[in-house]
Amino acid sequence: MNPQDLTHFATLLKARTGIEVDAQKDYLVQSRLATIAGTAGHESVDDLLRAIRTAPDERVLEAAIDAMTTNETLFFRDQTPFDHLRKIVLEPARRKGGTVRIWSAACSTGQEPYSIAMLWEEVAHHLPGVRLEIMATDYSNACLTKARAGIYSAFEVQRGLPVQKLMKHFEPDGPNWRVKDNLRQSITWRRHNLLDNPAAMGRFDVIFCRNVLIYFDRATRSKVFDNLNGQLKDDGYLILGASENVMGVTERFRGDASSPGLYVKTGLAAPMPRAVGA
Amino acid sequence: MTNFLVVDDSGVIRKIARKMLEELGFAVAEACDGVDAIKACESAMPDAILLDWNMPNMDGITFIRALREKPEGEAPKVVFCTTESDFSHISAALEAGANEYIFKPFDMDTLRDKLSMAGVAA
Repeated sequence: MNPQDLTHFATLLKARTGIEVDAQKDYLVQSRLATIAGTAGHESVDDLLRAIRTAPDERVLEAAIDAMTTNETLFFRDQTPFDHLRKIVLEPARRKGGTVRIWSAACSTGQEPYSIAMLWEEVAHHLPGVRLEIMATDYSNACLTKARAGIYSAFEVQRGLPVQKLMKHFEPDGPNWRVKDNLRQSITWRRHNLLDNPAAMGRFDVIFCRNVLIYFDRATRSKVFDNLNGQLKDDGYLILGASENVMGVTERFRGDASSPGLYVKTGLAAPMPRAVGA
Repeated sequence: MTNFLVVDDSGVIRKIARKMLEELGFAVAEACDGVDAIKACESAMPDAILLDWNMPNMDGITFIRALREKPEGEAPKVVFCTTESDFSHISAALEAGANEYIFKPFDMDTLRDKLSMAGVAA
């Protein structure tokens, strides 16, 4: 790998994402960029890095940078939670009407709340008398800024999003795509730390808190569950990531047997469990 | 086994697309432009096609229009795979009968997702 090309790419990567890659990690660059190089028409990662330095193409650079990050955020991630939302929460709401409040509690760069908003646009006309409020929060200001702007690269926008939805809900913005105003304006964005008291946001019918708890230790997860429990209506649903559950961490929630991935309140004011030997 | 036809004038892209599709469990054939792809379809209609836009002799949009006119030409799922990412190109592709659309460059997750969205399974 040409050191000059690698240094140039590493500098761009650091400037845009804060991620540092040095010569000792060239194996990482090699493995992460192999597919991007090929599908951009380059024989090798070396050729890709040379092109990024000598004949930069923003779309290729964005894809390369995205491939170097571990960001797994995509539209309609795992799909099942969105099917649950439609069938178990939104469609039954037709009977009683009123407002359904949803909290995307770790919204990252916005793909989850926008997916919820897109789903709502598709079903809203079947649900007269029902209103939807979407609150989206994240701890990272950088993520929230990107989420609010609703601008995604061509590489990002096709992850999880069928082309028909892209055409319906997005507009071209130079080489990127921007979420249409009506969708952006349907979401309330706020900075929030999951460990802070969320009481001011009111109570919700559904809380999405996916793929963030895995980064916390058990005591912190328990504290977050306490906070979420306080903000979830008694008949509400908590939605966790596909690889997350409440087992051994809290007794405030239990899985809904008929709908994997959905959690309901137990009504127990359980103390935080202690680790064995702690 | 689902038969895939990869249509692209770049040998590099055909090679990596073949590798990715074979990894996903598809049987893969290749064509280097629209004319070559028409011949391949007349010989054996594939179940799915990964289709570039800009190619010599016959481009992707001309190919898909010709394909959809053929007996059994409605059957293959067609996924455009191109650097053409503007609104008008995508609209034209969908109007011509494309089932999905991928922007180059892309990764394995995107390919897997888009094939699933197009209803293509190995």
